[in-house]
Amino acid sequence: MTRPLIKVPQTAKRGEIIEIKTLISHPMETGYRTGLNGLTLPRDIIQRFVCIYNGTEIFSAAFSPAIAANPFLSFFTVAAESGTILFQWRGDNGFSVTETADITVL
Amino acid sequence: MSSRSSPPCGSSRRDFLLHAGECAAGAVMISLVTIRASRATPDMMQAAIHEILGTSEPQSGRVKLDLPPLVENGNAVPLTVSVDSPMTAQDHVTAIHLFNEKNPQPYVASFRLNPRTGKAVVATRIKLADSQQVTAIAQMSDGSFWSDSAQVIVTIAACVEDVQP
Repeated sequence: MTRPLIKVPQTAKRGEIIEIKTLISHPMETGYRTGLNGLTLPRDIIQRFVCIYNGTEIFSAAFSPAIAANPFLSFFTVAAESGTILFQWRGDNGFSVTETADITVL
Repeated sequence: MSSRSSPPCGSSRRDFLLHAGECAAGAVMISLVTIRASRATPDMMQAAIHEILGTSEPQSGRVKLDLPPLVENGNAVPLTVSVDSPMTAQDHVTAIHLFNEKNPQPYVASFRLNPRTGKAVVATRIKLADSQQVTAIAQMSDGSFWSDSAQVIVTIAACVEDVQP
């Protein structure tokens, strides 16, 4: 499993609004396409994404097959305190990836 | 005798041809129906929107949906939703919902936000199966709904195209 790409500033001022960008490798197969054997390819998507900052949920997303392959997300958060930001993706066929990023708030 | 035997033969051939014609017409009808059934419609989008909004109607304004007006490849269409909100504990965006008219499903994605999100701006990439309207609806902490729509022209469709050898 390839690691997701996460962009979080390493340091931020207290109260500053920072942008977080994530990109994860995933086919996001819609379940509506026909494969080379003429059969419908089964659905394989990421369904849920959640971002937790020092135990507090700051952002979450529910995906449908209409999200492009290799889902990209950009969102914001308030740099409240130093600590760890946890990212988790969950989806079909037991797909589950968790990644963390550290941030120092000055 | 041969002239007697030929009419039944001819009629059966005619029957066969007629029947074949009907079958072909039927097959065309069925394939049309199945193609139609695999796509959402603007009505389905409205139904999906009302499933989330209940009886309330979304107001226009406060939400800005940024999408390129012309997209070459529907497999990855960049999209940004920004909502005009102070994002305080008293007044913030609780959710952003995205819908489309003509993909197989009317839902695209839902995002949950809270005051810790700080800024109600979300960007992602979506698939579009056809030229269509995309709608973003923001749900506020006071229970109101705001929406914005964008029309997109897509030259290469996504979602339902078959795998190429």
